[in-house]
Amino acid sequence: MWLKNIAFIALATVVLASLANWLLAPPKVEALDEPVVVVSDDFQTAKEAVDAQFRETWQSQELEPAPKADDLTIARRISLGLTGSIPSLEEIRLLENRPAEDRLAWWVNHLLEDRRYGDYMAERLSRAYVGTENGPFLIFRKRRFVTWLSDQLMANRPYNELTQDLIAESGLWTDHPAVNFITATVDQDGTKEPDVAMLAGRVTRAFLATRIDCVQCHDDNLGGDLKQTDFHELASFFSEAQNSFVGIMDRKGKPYEYKYLHAEEETTVPAQVPFNQHLLDESGGTLRDRLAGWVTHPENKPFARAIVNRVWAVMTGRPLVEPVDNIPLKGSFEQGNYPAGLDPLVDDFIQHNFDLKRLIRLIASTEAFQRDSRAEHEITAEHERTWASYPVTRLRPEQVIGSINQASSLSTLNAESHVLTRLVTFGETNEFLKRYGDAGEDEFSMDGGTIPQRLLMMNGNLVTERTRNNFVRNAATRISQLSPDNETGVETAFLCVLTRRPTPQELEHFVSKLENDEVKSNRTQDYEDIYWALMNCTEFAWNH
Amino acid sequence: MKRFQHLLGPEGCGTRAHFNRRTLLGAGAGLAWLTPLSQLLAASSEEKSNKGRPKSVIVLWMQGGPSQLETWDPHPGKMIGGDTKAIDTSVKGLKIADTMPHTAEVMHEMALLRCVTSKEGDHERATYNMQTGYRPDPTLIHPSIGAILCHELSAQGVEIPRHVSIFPSAFASRGGFLGNQYDAFKMYDPTGPLPDLPKRVPEDRFEARLSDLDILESSFAKGRRFDLEKNKTLHRETVDRATTMMTSDQIGAFNIDGVPEEIKEQFGNTPFGRGCLCATQLIETGVRCVQVTLNGWDTHANNHELQSARAGDLDAALSATIKHLKDRDRLDDTIVLCGGEFGRTPKINPAAGRDHWPHGFSVALAGGGIRKGVFLGETDPEGEKITPETKHAVRVEDIHATIHNALGIDIDKDYQTPIGRPMAICQGTPISEIVADA
Repeated sequence: MWLKNIAFIALATVVLASLANWLLAPPKVEALDEPVVVVSDDFQTAKEAVDAQFRETWQSQELEPAPKADDLTIARRISLGLTGSIPSLEEIRLLENRPAEDRLAWWVNHLLEDRRYGDYMAERLSRAYVGTENGPFLIFRKRRFVTWLSDQLMANRPYNELTQDLIAESGLWTDHPAVNFITATVDQDGTKEPDVAMLAGRVTRAFLATRIDCVQCHDDNLGGDLKQTDFHELASFFSEAQNSFVGIMDRKGKPYEYKYLHAEEETTVPAQVPFNQHLLDESGGTLRDRLAGWVTHPENKPFARAIVNRVWAVMTGRPLVEPVDNIPLKGSFEQGNYPAGLDPLVDDFIQHNFDLKRLIRLIASTEAFQRDSRAEHEITAEHERTWASYPVTRLRPEQVIGSINQASSLSTLNAESHVLTRLVTFGETNEFLKRYGDAGEDEFSMDGGTIPQRLLMMNGNLVTERTRNNFVRNAATRISQLSPDNETGVETAFLCVLTRRPTPQELEHFVSKLENDEVKSNRTQDYEDIYWALMNCTEFAWNH
Repeated sequence: MKRFQHLLGPEGCGTRAHFNRRTLLGAGAGLAWLTPLSQLLAASSEEKSNKGRPKSVIVLWMQGGPSQLETWDPHPGKMIGGDTKAIDTSVKGLKIADTMPHTAEVMHEMALLRCVTSKEGDHERATYNMQTGYRPDPTLIHPSIGAILCHELSAQGVEIPRHVSIFPSAFASRGGFLGNQYDAFKMYDPTGPLPDLPKRVPEDRFEARLSDLDILESSFAKGRRFDLEKNKTLHRETVDRATTMMTSDQIGAFNIDGVPEEIKEQFGNTPFGRGCLCATQLIETGVRCVQVTLNGWDTHANNHELQSARAGDLDAALSATIKHLKDRDRLDDTIVLCGGEFGRTPKINPAAGRDHWPHGFSVALAGGGIRKGVFLGETDPEGEKITPETKHAVRVEDIHATIHNALGIDIDKDYQTPIGRPMAICQGTPISEIVADA
């Protein structure tokens, strides 16, 4: 019997000790055995081509560029752009263990292999493809669609192939998730068929960064030369697509009838593309196949421009050409006077078989991406406009909540996190998003914050939950108990929330707060307060 | 409605406050019950008469597209009319659906437009169209009525957001090119305290937190664009406005816990009814525009039953809102607009539902500057589309022009959009038949 008791006590001690060890030990930083990132020569050439264009712009406008930002600031941008959250303390330590020369390139690669990249980028891209609404009941499977997109991104499927699937795939919305691009438009009240006009609008905006919505009802009267016929001829490519119990299928030869403005009666609209007509295959496959071939044709440059501009925008918070889905085909752009960076990125993207991961690596390596948002000299709106300084842009609600969650954990929250953590986070995230306000498809809005957002951050449940006394869950509590001294504690809190170390003034202020007893609070509460302030400052809610 | 249902709190009110109000009522206050807040305001207010008082708008937003045939424009006995019967109203010659008996009693305070047409048959686009007076334009977002009103009128003495949306839909009213600061403040069932307003820590700790924030803000500003706060982030401004609001007495207007049960009952004591009651309190506090959404009008199936249920909710709340504003001498300077994104098809579909119909639907208006007891336009007996040539056909932008005009906003004024494009406040012309004589 006593043997049994001793065995039980021993077992209990081992369990408690390992639990304590798990709770108390700061996250482990493991040695890295991954090879140093090697980039090919033509990568360097492409990067230099982009940089040269930006430098030329700054020079011609006599703008002194801001200096290069520090590595942690750039790493924060990369992390927000690719995963929708700030780096964890664990990741910051890993990063700082790397040799300086390949640190950022390694960081981009590291994130591109992390499932968070696929999931986050898929969510962002899906907004352009199918909007933010839930779409037609039952036949539209948004989750399935986004997961499929994420899989494609993780596998780095060439972007032209991915797009061809979106436009031309047929089958069930569950088996062939790409068809959800079509089913998202199925008209709920009328024909129960895909909405050809909506598809024409989406295809041109999402894949060609061209807005032709205006000519749906009448010819362009704002100086453009697009006609109402252009819109409907493009829409006609979707006329064969139909929705049935076997999913999206094409009924060969199904005509598209439309009554143009001022016309007496409906006419059958032929399928024709509004520009670069010579790139359209005369025959072969369904109408949608032909359209997909035209959209993604390597010589149809608006296609590559659209995604380059969008990826740049997702990574930085602001597109090269605004608005993100409208790169004029005419005017000064016609002669190739694109904003700095766009054309060399586009060329490289096409030459390298529409390789999205390469595009992302390339963008992250450019000088424009790595400029600081502050300088010794005066920074003006013009500096921001031309990327002579990194533009300060508002984080999207998902990025804010992703960052709150990450900042409150010392280890990285990713697909490997405990399922319970992810479940809890999921519920709270949805609630927070609803309250914080989602900008919907209007993704790159330059507007400032709102009062409800401030109230939610100052007094809301989520920030309160993530900062209050909770040793198991919250970084603030753990830092308060584990840091050897106040300086280290404050520095750790800054690294966790703002991905930087405090300035001497900030360090002094917060250390003296910890040592001061004027306001009644204990050490855990002091850290709760520090965390509160860090999460409520502009710096936290903005990309910079 | 399903979308936000889980956000709605439990129904009913706090019993202690409730009792106090009853006592007050018992003392002979009758309908003129006053919240402590409005007492305070009444005492300090120099607005003895409503002349010169700034105007306000209450938008009762029928999300989903209400059926004109089951509400304002019944066609009993006809194929298109379905099962809905018509009843007499307080306006001679005007009949509305029997789903709205209380509203029928206050029709003499209202103007009814029965020939509204628009070109938008999709919920999102049509909502945008109805709320801004413009059709969606990919290059910019137009401000809604509330945003324009707040932009045009000073904020003096109002410590809470002046543009409020109760039960906001997915497409809430925006400040658009006028700026985010004019976006509607979103809230849900006005029972209990407004979420996120109470501080989580004692006052001294909260003050200390704010001074920590100052340190962080000044180090962030260092070396960055000098106009970052003013022209971009508005961060400090929103922190200031949020903290002002947190400590303001005016936040009492955001909940109706203190209102006597009888009054709540008049409004129907549904979430929507409580929202309308709250809207009247907010208006009295100086809020310029409150939108209250009643969801659930998108009846592609089982039209009659669903429309009647919604109309029942609307009936109590709308009629009480009008009576309440009138009793409290607020109707003359408050415009009440009741409408949705479009109407519903005359044809009843095989699922006993009605589909979207932007070709001839109804919108009701009441209050400041709007003529009383008029009804305009008639639908085609067979339910055909209304054309611009139809007598009294009204465009959406004309309703906007009428409202702005009645509010005293110069509709010929142009705004400058951020890219320097001049943009008229609205494109329509006031509907002379429903503009009250000055």
